[in-house]
Amino acid sequence: MKEVNLTEKWKQNGKIIEELIEHSGVDIRNCYQCGKCSAGCPMAFVMDVSPNRIIRMLQLGMWEEVLQSRTPWICALCATCYTRCPRDIDLPKLMDAVRVITYNKNMVDHVKNEKIFHSSFMKWLYRYGRIYELGLVLDLNLKTGNLFNDVELGLPMVLKGRLDFLPPRIKNKDLIRRMAERARQIEGGQA
Amino acid sequence: MKLAYYPGCSLHSSSKGYSDSFVAVCKKLGIELEEIPDWVCCGASSAHSVSHLLSLALPAHTLVQAEKMGLDMVAPCAACYQRAKFAEYEMLNNPEMKAKIEQVIEMEYKGKSRVLSVLEVLSMIEEDKIKAAVTRPLTGVKVACYYGCVLVRPPHICNVDDPENPTKMDRIVALLGGEPVDWPYKTECCGASHIFTMKDACLKLGRDILQVAKDAGADIIAVACPLCHVNLDMRQTQINKKFGTSFNIPVVYITELMADAMGIDTSDMFRRHFVPVEIKRQA
Repeated sequence: MKEVNLTEKWKQNGKIIEELIEHSGVDIRNCYQCGKCSAGCPMAFVMDVSPNRIIRMLQLGMWEEVLQSRTPWICALCATCYTRCPRDIDLPKLMDAVRVITYNKNMVDHVKNEKIFHSSFMKWLYRYGRIYELGLVLDLNLKTGNLFNDVELGLPMVLKGRLDFLPPRIKNKDLIRRMAERARQIEGGQA
Repeated sequence: MKLAYYPGCSLHSSSKGYSDSFVAVCKKLGIELEEIPDWVCCGASSAHSVSHLLSLALPAHTLVQAEKMGLDMVAPCAACYQRAKFAEYEMLNNPEMKAKIEQVIEMEYKGKSRVLSVLEVLSMIEEDKIKAAVTRPLTGVKVACYYGCVLVRPPHICNVDDPENPTKMDRIVALLGGEPVDWPYKTECCGASHIFTMKDACLKLGRDILQVAKDAGADIIAVACPLCHVNLDMRQTQINKKFGTSFNIPVVYITELMADAMGIDTSDMFRRHFVPVEIKRQA
């Protein structure tokens, strides 16, 4: 385990963490590390850092370590943790806030599949206002290089009438793009 | 009762059986549905990881359309429901956020139209009315009601009787003459859209859910979410292959189960499933 100078960490990152608390409305300072969140988390078994440790790291100013963790992206936002938290900490909201920051700063190289998935999803959403499922699946297979992933499901999906070849469309085709633009102006992010 | 219908992307494409059965059951129970014209995607599973404000504005746009129709909005897809409830909650409780959302959608939300889940709508119907519509009761059919996560959590957003042990779907199964089984995985997470990015982890979650349902003696699993359905039905063969199991448990939408019990022709709905649906009633 590497050594971390926590005094320096907090000096460096304290302000960012306080901004995260302010911005997300999730006060991680209330956490007393009971570990109930990690105990009930269905995804904890594949996380590199357990949910309670993410909070502890934020309390200590270990911002870079949190950004480099895959945990915020592995969180399925199922909210089991939040439902059970004795300190009422909205962990899914926190994880999402970290995701928004890393996604918009393009610091998502450690979660390549997620980057591909979300950018494809948003592409179709901006373009058609609804999700083009076939386009999304093709993007994933092409861009992850896993060309034949789920290929056995493709034909049955078509035969069962569950896969549309043509994308859906809303009439007002610029609507979502314009909404995203206004959201970006208000938030100052890169939605 | 008349409601604005927000089908969402899945019910229009990969989960048509959910939409067909929901519409047919509503008709049977005298619930009038009017699809919201030009509804937009709720943003699940990505918008909330890209922009908090946009993720609220997308479902808010559709909710305001419903309000213009003068109707409450029903979203059978659990993800659409939860995302729309988040938007509703923020607009009713957070004036600052409401102002921002309204700026993005360029429309005003008056707070009159509310978001409803399938289970909320069905629990508004009198028990006798549901019982009276049943012509083929599910006698002796053991059903594991699987609620998943976004339909019941977070509890301050989702209107649910108990986020750890919800019962609204179980109640419906009982009204249909079936036997809801008591099992501890009602609200476990199936991994949802993580199936696209972390397939192995999701197959394991699916395996656990199927195993616990089987151990509880369930003949069939009932769901109310397109992603739960995909992860448990479409992926069941992949689960069996990966873990050497031999599950053959039909996974149906609660509305398909209702349709079947109400004598509606379900052959076209069940044809779309991967695990063959056989409902074995006891004589």
